Amino acid sequence: MYSQKIEITFGAFNNRHLQMAKLDELQDIVTQTRRDILRMVHKVNSGHPGGSLGCTEFMVALYNEIMDLKEGFDMDGIGEDLFFLSNGHISPVFYSVLARKGYFPVEELSTFRLINSRLQGHPTTHEGLPGVRIASGSLGQGMSVALGAAQAKKLNGDDHLVFSLHGDGELQEGQNWEAIMYAAGNGIDNLISTVDRNGKQIDGPTSEVLPMGDIAEKFRAFGWDVLEIENGNDLEEVIAGLNEAKSRTGKGKPVGIIMNTEMGNGVDFMMHTHAWHGKAPNDEQLEKALAQNPETLGDY
Amino acid sequence: MKKYTDQGKNDTRSGYGAAMTELGRSHPNVVALCADLVASLKIQDFIDENPDRFFQTGIAEANMMGMAAGLTIGGKIPFASTFANFATGRVYDQIRQSIAYSGKNVKICASHAGITLGEDGATHQILEDIGMMKMLPGMTVINPCDYNQTKAATLAIADYVGPVYLRFGRPKVANFTPVDQKFEIGKGLLLNEGTDVTIIATGHLVWEALKAAESLEEQGISAEVLNIHTIKPLDEEAVLKSVKKTGCVVSAEEHNYLGGLGESIARTLAVHYPAPQEFVATQDTFGESGTPADLMEKYGLNNKAIEKAVLKVMKRK
Repeated sequence: MYSQKIEITFGAFNNRHLQMAKLDELQDIVTQTRRDILRMVHKVNSGHPGGSLGCTEFMVALYNEIMDLKEGFDMDGIGEDLFFLSNGHISPVFYSVLARKGYFPVEELSTFRLINSRLQGHPTTHEGLPGVRIASGSLGQGMSVALGAAQAKKLNGDDHLVFSLHGDGELQEGQNWEAIMYAAGNGIDNLISTVDRNGKQIDGPTSEVLPMGDIAEKFRAFGWDVLEIENGNDLEEVIAGLNEAKSRTGKGKPVGIIMNTEMGNGVDFMMHTHAWHGKAPNDEQLEKALAQNPETLGDY
Repeated sequence: MKKYTDQGKNDTRSGYGAAMTELGRSHPNVVALCADLVASLKIQDFIDENPDRFFQTGIAEANMMGMAAGLTIGGKIPFASTFANFATGRVYDQIRQSIAYSGKNVKICASHAGITLGEDGATHQILEDIGMMKMLPGMTVINPCDYNQTKAATLAIADYVGPVYLRFGRPKVANFTPVDQKFEIGKGLLLNEGTDVTIIATGHLVWEALKAAESLEEQGISAEVLNIHTIKPLDEEAVLKSVKKTGCVVSAEEHNYLGGLGESIARTLAVHYPAPQEFVATQDTFGESGTPADLMEKYGLNNKAIEKAVLKVMKRK
């Protein structure tokens, strides 16, 4: 009995140790991604740092831990998981995560929003940037696209998953509710849609601009299987939530995640306000913000 | 004048439905979507034979267009169909961002276009759709003229890679183009050779143009009739070749003169070969309820209107 217990403890310790090493590695990517975001928007004095910083843990976890991805990039993505960014304005975090994953050279992040760049203000397939499968920016369209891609996977006998990310303010667009209704009504159970609930949008708190009530209950009422991530800026919690969501796929219902995040997370003066939704830091602010996120993998 | 015979009146939407049935058998990657208008779009046979390849979206056109874009990711060729009004104006931004700008291989197939939708009235009679669709970069815009041509066009766009807007209609009209014709996207069809005037027509107005040309021949006027089924890309070569010969042109379409085929022709002429042009089209107005024939008469969209425009434009030469 005694030895068995030791073995179990030892095994658990090893597992925990490995997890910690992996978590450290992911945390390094998170910190570097935050630096990338800040430097990208600072350089062109435009772009959307707030939501990007809030979704950094989610995006890093998704691409580096959760999704099953093939080497390289092709548009059809058969035999791999797919991701669609519906709230395209958080392109800085998307671009940094794609570049750090190896979809394109990290040096290219320096071309963000500049003329002749593949890194447009909002993501697009038009310039052929690897990793991007749909244009987004005009809000509310991404879930429909994800649904179509999920249906194509079923037709192709491809048992991989489709992920999508949406802003909470974005849910004010009616097309989302068409898609939410369709997904439940048709049992699209290879889809995991995450709502970034940061409670903020351009004009202020969502509760003031247009109160949306209980988002999770609304998804449930439409027929979704919904789980919540209490702290979407805690890497371990995000990974656990996404793994839990994966385990609920294939059971006849679309899976929704309501993920609480803090807009501007990782930079103290950018948090607890909607002011940094679409505003870039000046030189002094950048310096302060970068000091809170020390270089880990090397700046581009 | 070359004689054209009506092989039996039929609706262009049935040409679409017949082609979809064929595509269901010949093209495993073709899928269909519809927003609660299956019977109107004549695609029940496709659905019966390929239930897994049909997506009923309900009355939710925005979601339908987004899903169509998503289905291309994985190699499907989606044919998304509904009434022209709901397939364009209602979902312009979805088409613009998720389909056109994203370069997706989606076929937007729109029935009940134009004023000949008839009794339902102006809420459903879209006369602005060609303009909206042709302004989108990369969008191909096709408006076939009868059952046979609609069927051929539907088959052709399945093998073309890129977004397409295919526009057809509700009423039963003359079916006069050849059965099993080959359809070449972007290629005008010279239906009748003439020397005095060029009539360039699209959609339901092509048959009216032929009737007008017959009547004009009796008056001693030799009218060339060019069928432009593909409004974008426009067969500029065919347009210029004909107008250089006749020296004047009448464009004829079931659409507002703003944004339609006529404007595309006018641009081509302005750049390459300025010539007098008259427009048989609706005059920046909404439609109303009525029979298709009564509406075409009232809004100046029939053979008589074309004849009148020909006499006017020839005086301007």
